Amino acid sequence: MLQQYAGIGAMLIIAIVFPIIVIAISSIVRPKKAAKYKYETYECGLETQGETWVQFKTNYFMYALVFVAFDVETVFLYPWAVKFMSLGTFAFIEMFIFIAILVIGFWYAWKEGALEWN
Amino acid sequence: MENINLFVLLANWLRQWLEGVGASPDVIEVVMDVFGTVGALVFILLNALILVLLERKAAAFFQQRYGPNRWGPKGVFQTIFDSLKLLSKEDIIPKAVDKWVFKIAAYLIFIPAILVFAVIPFGEGMIISDLNIGIFYFVAVASTATLAFLMAGWGSNNKYSLIGGMRSVAQMVSYEIPLVFSLVGVVMLTGSMKMSAIVAAQTKVWFILPQFLAFLVYFIAGHAELNRGPFDMPEGEQEIVAGPYTEYSGMRWALFFLAEYANLVAVCSIATTMFLGGWNPIPGLGFLPIPTYVWFVLKVYFMIMLFMWTRWTFPRVRIDHLMHFGWKVLIPVSLVNILVTGIGIKIYQWMGW
Repeated sequence: MLQQYAGIGAMLIIAIVFPIIVIAISSIVRPKKAAKYKYETYECGLETQGETWVQFKTNYFMYALVFVAFDVETVFLYPWAVKFMSLGTFAFIEMFIFIAILVIGFWYAWKEGALEWN
Repeated sequence: MENINLFVLLANWLRQWLEGVGASPDVIEVVMDVFGTVGALVFILLNALILVLLERKAAAFFQQRYGPNRWGPKGVFQTIFDSLKLLSKEDIIPKAVDKWVFKIAAYLIFIPAILVFAVIPFGEGMIISDLNIGIFYFVAVASTATLAFLMAGWGSNNKYSLIGGMRSVAQMVSYEIPLVFSLVGVVMLTGSMKMSAIVAAQTKVWFILPQFLAFLVYFIAGHAELNRGPFDMPEGEQEIVAGPYTEYSGMRWALFFLAEYANLVAVCSIATTMFLGGWNPIPGLGFLPIPTYVWFVLKVYFMIMLFMWTRWTFPRVRIDHLMHFGWKVLIPVSLVNILVTGIGIKIYQWMGW
């Protein structure tokens, strides 16, 4: 059981090391110093005006909220799906009550306009 | 009919040699996993080389032009020279960026792209670690790529990057739910999240037949997850330059690009495993002496060609349409699919088929 995850640990280490090696190789080959203007922020050749790190649209936050509700549901849905064949009709109905509660929440978010992009 | 699998033979030979040397079982497992990972990495890099060329050629074909045709016959060496060029390019980190966030994003995008290959069954007995939560692992790991996009967009301190990063997060978060829900139906039919069990369940009927709706949902949501095709809002070249990639150059940009193609291969591999029968041969063609990994790669490339076809045929979708479609069409449809699958299975059990 844990041995399987050792494999994933090995993968993780390789996944971290590989980009570092590639960038190290490139740092040997590439020219070191670029022209001064290349270090400016890119904006079609103009100087950038004003602050970039500003408060952003609240729409994104609404989507994130609804997303969290559904994402937690998937965590419950997968174990249920695995055992679905052996569980009786009761578990089937119970799961749909669970989904129905979520759908009511989804319907409320829809009605309140959380899913509208404006 | 026993097909001879070259890679499995090699792995067995290596295992026997390690046992002969006298290594402990744990060490053997880890060494095998490291070799498997290196194999997967080579697979990813080769695929990226081929896919970049294939994409440019496919785009050229759809738009009735030549595409790359200078280096080698029909331009087959184009991507090799491109990668050499990227390797020797200046690595520009603009003055205004948040240096740590900017740098780490390029490494971070690559980690989930490689990690998902741990659970992909490339062929019979060719899986790096056959976790009992296989498909759930894929879903969990693949979704962390969102973080790297947000870091790249925010850290660049560039308005285009920020807009691109935000769009990318909104889109990936929205389409993740239908993607995950569409896979639930397959898990219900199999009764396991183990990839080998899912493949084994499809020896007779591929799950694309009983789960066609789920396949469609997966296909559409897959485009959005990959920021490709009609859903490439985050990178919309004509409006926000290149989205989160705007400030990246040289090898860092190449890492983003590599991760993008690795993700394409991963999503197509999962589609193959879940819906197209994995490494099983096409029903009726099992007698052919074709190794299982060849079947797998053939199916993956079929899926990739489908992805390219949609990418170059459809115009870009507007962001509000995109969000509407994700939340108001795909999520209800995928929920209905779960319901219908459940009812279908119950009817089958009652009838005693």
